[in-house]
Amino acid sequence: MMTLPPLEVLRPESVQDAVEALRAHPGARVLAGGTDLVPNLKYGMYETRHLVALRGLSNELRYVREAGDLRLGALCTIDELAQSDLLKARAPALAEACGQIAGPQLRRMGTLGGNLCLDTRCVYINQSYFWRSALGFCLKKDGTLCHVVAGGKRCVAAASNDTAPVLLALDASVRIVSPRGERVVPLREFYLADGLHNTILEPDELLVEVRIPPAAFGKRQAFLKLRTRAAIDFPALNLAVALETEASAVKSISLAVGALAARPVLIKGLDDLLGRPADARFAEELGRRAQKQCKPLTNISVDPDWRRDILPVLVRRLVLRALG
Amino acid sequence: MSIGDRFPKIDGVAKADGSGLYADDLAFPRMLHAKLLRSPHAHARIRSIDVSEALKLPGVIAALTGDELPLKYGVIPWTHDEQALATEKVRFVGDEVACIAALDERTAEDALKLIRVDYEVLPAVLSPEDALAHPEIKVNEKAKVGNITKHVNLQFGDVDRAVASAAAVAHESYAYAGSTHVPIEPHCAVARVDADGNLTVWSSTQIPHYVHRELSRVLGLSPAKVRVIQPLLGGAFGGKSDPFSLEFCVAKLALKTGRPVKILFTREEVFYAHRGRHPMKMDVTVALDGEGRIAAVDNKILIDGGAYASFGMITAYYAGQLLTGPYRFGTYRFDSYRMYTNKPPCGPKRGHGSVQPRFAFEVALDEAAEKLGLDPIEVRRRNFIGEQVDTVNGQRITSNGFLKCLELVEQASGWKERRGKLGPGRGLGVAGSMYISGTAYPVYPNEMPQSGVLVKLDRSGRVAIFSGASDIGQGINTLLCQIAAQELGCDARNVTVVAADTDLTPVDLGAYSSRVTFMVGLAAQEACEKLAEKLHAAGGATFAEACQKAEAIEGAPLAASGGYRTQKLGGDYRGGTIGASPAYSFTAHVAEVAVDEETGVWKVERIWAAHDCGKALNPTLVEGQIEGSVYMGAAEAQMEEMVYNEKGLLFGPSLLDYRIPTSLDTPDLQAYIVESNDPNGPYGAKEAGEGPLHAAIPAIANAIHDACGIRIRELPFYPQRVLKLLRERGQKEEERVA
Repeated sequence: MMTLPPLEVLRPESVQDAVEALRAHPGARVLAGGTDLVPNLKYGMYETRHLVALRGLSNELRYVREAGDLRLGALCTIDELAQSDLLKARAPALAEACGQIAGPQLRRMGTLGGNLCLDTRCVYINQSYFWRSALGFCLKKDGTLCHVVAGGKRCVAAASNDTAPVLLALDASVRIVSPRGERVVPLREFYLADGLHNTILEPDELLVEVRIPPAAFGKRQAFLKLRTRAAIDFPALNLAVALETEASAVKSISLAVGALAARPVLIKGLDDLLGRPADARFAEELGRRAQKQCKPLTNISVDPDWRRDILPVLVRRLVLRALG
Repeated sequence: MSIGDRFPKIDGVAKADGSGLYADDLAFPRMLHAKLLRSPHAHARIRSIDVSEALKLPGVIAALTGDELPLKYGVIPWTHDEQALATEKVRFVGDEVACIAALDERTAEDALKLIRVDYEVLPAVLSPEDALAHPEIKVNEKAKVGNITKHVNLQFGDVDRAVASAAAVAHESYAYAGSTHVPIEPHCAVARVDADGNLTVWSSTQIPHYVHRELSRVLGLSPAKVRVIQPLLGGAFGGKSDPFSLEFCVAKLALKTGRPVKILFTREEVFYAHRGRHPMKMDVTVALDGEGRIAAVDNKILIDGGAYASFGMITAYYAGQLLTGPYRFGTYRFDSYRMYTNKPPCGPKRGHGSVQPRFAFEVALDEAAEKLGLDPIEVRRRNFIGEQVDTVNGQRITSNGFLKCLELVEQASGWKERRGKLGPGRGLGVAGSMYISGTAYPVYPNEMPQSGVLVKLDRSGRVAIFSGASDIGQGINTLLCQIAAQELGCDARNVTVVAADTDLTPVDLGAYSSRVTFMVGLAAQEACEKLAEKLHAAGGATFAEACQKAEAIEGAPLAASGGYRTQKLGGDYRGGTIGASPAYSFTAHVAEVAVDEETGVWKVERIWAAHDCGKALNPTLVEGQIEGSVYMGAAEAQMEEMVYNEKGLLFGPSLLDYRIPTSLDTPDLQAYIVESNDPNGPYGAKEAGEGPLHAAIPAIANAIHDACGIRIRELPFYPQRVLKLLRERGQKEEERVA
């Protein structure tokens, strides 16, 4: 079978110890559920010699609680979020997205923090060393080529986390801790358009909490995932919408799309739609706008032309579902 | 628990609770782990291989290259074209080049990176069309002409005249994608040499006998010094029915080092070992007369074989020979080419050779029937070939329950009441098929029985059955217990089955062509009948007492053997025995689909599958085989495809990228058993493990047509393909309106 490289596993008992361990071992990687990290290590995607295992932080970072806003510990498992009554009441689209991640076993292992920090994925990188050597190594690891964009210099591996578009649409923030202190960053500023490292996290920083603002609670929201199979698959596209209406008119709108390139896309330039009737025509218009801003690539093994082609239909259905 | 009972599988619990011991569960003191270096090129000449740096890595014990295993091998004696490790040329990305044995897998893997291979990259052919167009690029030297593994051209009756005078003709091109088996257990082999120099190889194979023959030949050992054992197997589906590189490498390395050696393939390596469904391009004509009777069928078939022959010689025949039922063909012609290409070798996947032409034919039959305004079930009923009849190509059909199958799925699906009334985007489709229950033709010509069984009775009342057959999940070991119970009157739970061990068990040729239950069943029945006579004569209040009395009368332990002797069957022409079977199974399916016309996404909601298995020796196992087959067929229709890039590299050789349906993607399956009680089969039984796969794919294609009026002729039925056809249909309608 595929083997792991030799690794030293560090087992801190607190957030402070964890970030100290990250600082002390440059290149160390964080092991939460391990559902993505372990196969990637077997594929030889990282040179790391150290893993910082977070199991000892479970007491500290596994909670769903209200404190004005809704606070989710980074070590909540995907499964418990999918089942959480509080989450279903406050942010049902997030609970739904969690329920559509992978399969039951992986949902019980995988964590919220792990999903938000999921490494970008590409059909040309999440493969064995042998396979990548036969293809020609790419710029994400061991090489300089891009197999997705001919002549590309920037990695466009796809953001493939299902929680990200929902939390973007809900305008959530993340709390980040390092040995130097902590900071709270809006998720809209968290992701970068660089497949090599698509978050603002510094090597010694740990994402410890997600905060969903109270303004999000009353919003109409929905999540939709396109995938070949009804389970297991990473998204071929994922979409989330959050909107408010007043007297059947659109008061606020936020639409996010993932599984394109390295950064999940928040659809821009929708302000002129505010005040319009929240109806099927509005949903169609959103679909057209989204299509213009979304360029599916061959980084995912589902036909990019078809994904782009049907995107307006998916957006329309998503929005109509949110509107009920 | 005897014949016809729902006796639980004897290895079911061990498989479910993890206590079953598979090849990879075996471990011996001082055992080494070996890894294979594979070619990164689709086609290249090897100038040199240097393993010296790899041997210096601490923990590396031995290296192996092809010059130490020079003899070529293959499952079919006429096409020995494989070598355990390449010496002159590599022929596909993933072809084996060298092997390293080390103290652990990781060290062996690291050592592979230290092997220096100097390749001269050669132009590669990656499609059968290119293979035909470029005979100067020789993929495999075994091909006598160009890149042709096998060309078969057979005609029965005047096809052209029948087409010319037909009332309705459908003539279209179809493309069937390559797919692979995906057994949950990857291939694994372990070798050990004892103090007397006897070699034992445990392998996850479905053909221990052929592995035994080829190991002894390639290693230059007397077959009496080689033992092959097949442990509990985690799925095969045809993917473990060739001798593989790993078996030769572990054996040679064990001989070389004096230590036990294991190779366990990674999932990626299983994809390179492949032997899966051949991609086929088919140009099919179906001609009906005014009454809807099949006047002619004509099929030109181009088969993409990959780099080695495997069973490819047979594939070229099966692609044509197995189409001639359950319907009567007035005339028939097929012309098939199986081509070598620089890709992983294709071979026998469940429904070997005949799944692809069956898809094309059953869709074409609907297309032709539509021109006459005939209902799809009616046209199939009208063409029923009957029982005790010869097909157009000279195969003898004995029992035939196809009409009953058709009737069952017609009723169960509510065909008459529901078809055409399901609302937009929903539809029903039907298809039929047939398959062999083993073949009269043994893979190497010989006069010995194809199957043998030994049965021994103990005075305790315990029965031991020694069977050479491979239980690959089809349940033959369980059926042997039931046959013993039926014939001897013992408790089926008091039977020990010793199976698939070439030292201990009689030869069975292997688990392929749906031959095992039929042939091994008859052999077991024969052996048990001999003992039953003695037990009856001895009398006794209990089974154990009867055994004791009979043994006292015999004055020796009680044992008997039985065999299956090949019958002479088939047409009197070259290739006429290939596809000739002692009995044929029949199948009819109705599929119900729902198509989302805005996105092309579609779903099979239900499949009703009725299968004539002759006699269900164990209805639970038969239903399981029907459901498993239909699942696998629907999977090929839905999503499975081996995709290669322009350099011949297989895209995404993992279970994340090569997708097989999850339970949520599986339609509701309704399996119906039809018992036609075949005069040749054991207790009337015929095959059930492969036939029910065939009809699922065309039934789905025909249901998609019923749902939205498009004809999809290329697999898989990706939503983007469906959407494209829907748009073309829309444009045609607009033009008509305009």
